[in-house]
Amino acid sequence: MARDRRFAEEKLFRGLMILATLLILSSLLLILLTVLFKGLPHMSLDMVTKTPQGGYYLGKGGGVLNAIVGSLYLAGGATLLAVLFGLPVALYMNVYSRPGARFVGACRFSFDVLNGVPSIVFGAFGFTIMIFFGLRASLLGGIIAIALLILPMMVRSMDEVLRLVPRELLDASYALGATRWETALKVAVRQALPGILTAVLIAFGRGIGDAAAVIFTAGFTDSIPGSLLRPAATLPLAIFFQLGVPIPEVQGRAYASALILTVLILIISLAARLLSRRLTRHVVK
Amino acid sequence: MWPLRNTLVPRRLKDLLAGKVMLLLTILAALLVLVMITGLYLKSRPVLESHSLHELLFSTKWRPFRGQFGFLPFIMGTLWVTGVAIVIAVPLCLLTAIYLSEYAHSRVREWVKPLIDILAGIPSVVFGVWGMLVVVPFIKDVVAPSFKVFSTGYSVLAGGIVLAIMIFPVIIHVSLEVLRAVPNEVREASLALGATRWQTVKRVVLRKALPGVAAAIVLGVSRAFGETMAVLMVVGNVPKIPSSVLDPAYPLPALIANNYGEMLSVPLYDSALMLAALILLLVILLFNIASRAVLLRLERSVR
Repeated sequence: MARDRRFAEEKLFRGLMILATLLILSSLLLILLTVLFKGLPHMSLDMVTKTPQGGYYLGKGGGVLNAIVGSLYLAGGATLLAVLFGLPVALYMNVYSRPGARFVGACRFSFDVLNGVPSIVFGAFGFTIMIFFGLRASLLGGIIAIALLILPMMVRSMDEVLRLVPRELLDASYALGATRWETALKVAVRQALPGILTAVLIAFGRGIGDAAAVIFTAGFTDSIPGSLLRPAATLPLAIFFQLGVPIPEVQGRAYASALILTVLILIISLAARLLSRRLTRHVVK
Repeated sequence: MWPLRNTLVPRRLKDLLAGKVMLLLTILAALLVLVMITGLYLKSRPVLESHSLHELLFSTKWRPFRGQFGFLPFIMGTLWVTGVAIVIAVPLCLLTAIYLSEYAHSRVREWVKPLIDILAGIPSVVFGVWGMLVVVPFIKDVVAPSFKVFSTGYSVLAGGIVLAIMIFPVIIHVSLEVLRAVPNEVREASLALGATRWQTVKRVVLRKALPGVAAAIVLGVSRAFGETMAVLMVVGNVPKIPSSVLDPAYPLPALIANNYGEMLSVPLYDSALMLAALILLLVILLFNIASRAVLLRLERSVR
């Protein structure tokens, strides 16, 4: 009897587990299909090649090119800034400092914690910085907020790949008389390049998709930003604002914009995945 | 000697300089949290000086134009939405993580993991759009009528469902890692004693992994606390303490995001919103520090 009950329990939970896994996977499928089927009927070439024309938010012609370009500028600038600050930090933690140093452990902990801070808080903080420097909502403000947002995750993922660079490789470089700086740039970075590029791409994807951090800092505009100090539109906010307009055509365009954003994100994550497999030409195995 | 010195000195100087700059950058980046706390605190000081903390946290009166800033409805809104999300997400995520770790073939695991990564990469606005298109009508037309109540669909439940899906990846990812870190000998010992797989999971694996799983859940909670756009789009944004899951709510992050436009024209309004961001930051930091500390200790004990 006890045996039967044990096996019944085993079966029951096994079934529940498979059910839970399928449910979670189907939620992903449901989201992607909803966005696809709601967005496709409203897709047109105008959506991706034109900026909003007069009366766009009343249902007249135009597209969301301003938001697409704005998002790319913003995420691109933020990624560049984050790499500029993040790569040295990751290199310092793995090449310069002693292995197993307390300080490095504390830094890792700090970045992990920072990684959990929500984007709205980065937005609010970015806003206080902007007020401090007398900046208005602009492309630059958005870039700073997004750069701060993606910095911790970028540092940690670069750190994870640099950690895997074999110690012997660095020692070989030192033995040849290279300084730590040269070793870091010419050996460690080259060895970890695929992983570093993957980290950069994932951070870029997160930068494009984020809305809460730019709502204060980047503003919104119907034109493509011409300078760093002008406001910039972003795709997530374009979706949000268009959804708020109670006109079916405009809402339809919001669905189409959501499709554009989703496809962009999927392409980036696919590229990151391929990159981590392919780009291993200079890697010593 | 001369040619050697000529290249050696600048190279070593460069190395030294680069090291100092990188150390500085590392320290700055690692201290970013403190800078953020200080910045937000400085901005929220005016409202903290003119109102008591008790009033700010426990008053339900939110009338910025009269200088009344009671955060209670928003704090309760956040708690309700997060609570619903956790109730939905935790069982599903644990079952999935256990399945992937203990039962599934490694090939299945390699297939499912990237899909969960994709789920993690979907922007929150897209979750919001999906919530408005699918979850909100479902609640309005199916859930609410079956309880014989009216709801617009924009409710705590809608926010909770959308949030639950958004925190799936965090909880699954971390708890899967924790479960995989349980040594195989432990499982084998249990199985050798005649325990079934589920008994092994229940009595041995989960017991060993419990602190880590708890940390995974806490990380999920803190992610849910701060999620803004998706929740904002489906939760209704009515500044009243909800009394059921079919009521609308107004979580803290939504409050901050919704009022960025008008906050500069009302005295103390911006200060109050920055205080909201500070509260959010402090709570989330507390949760994150606790769960990261648990995970770090586990990682050390495995090694």
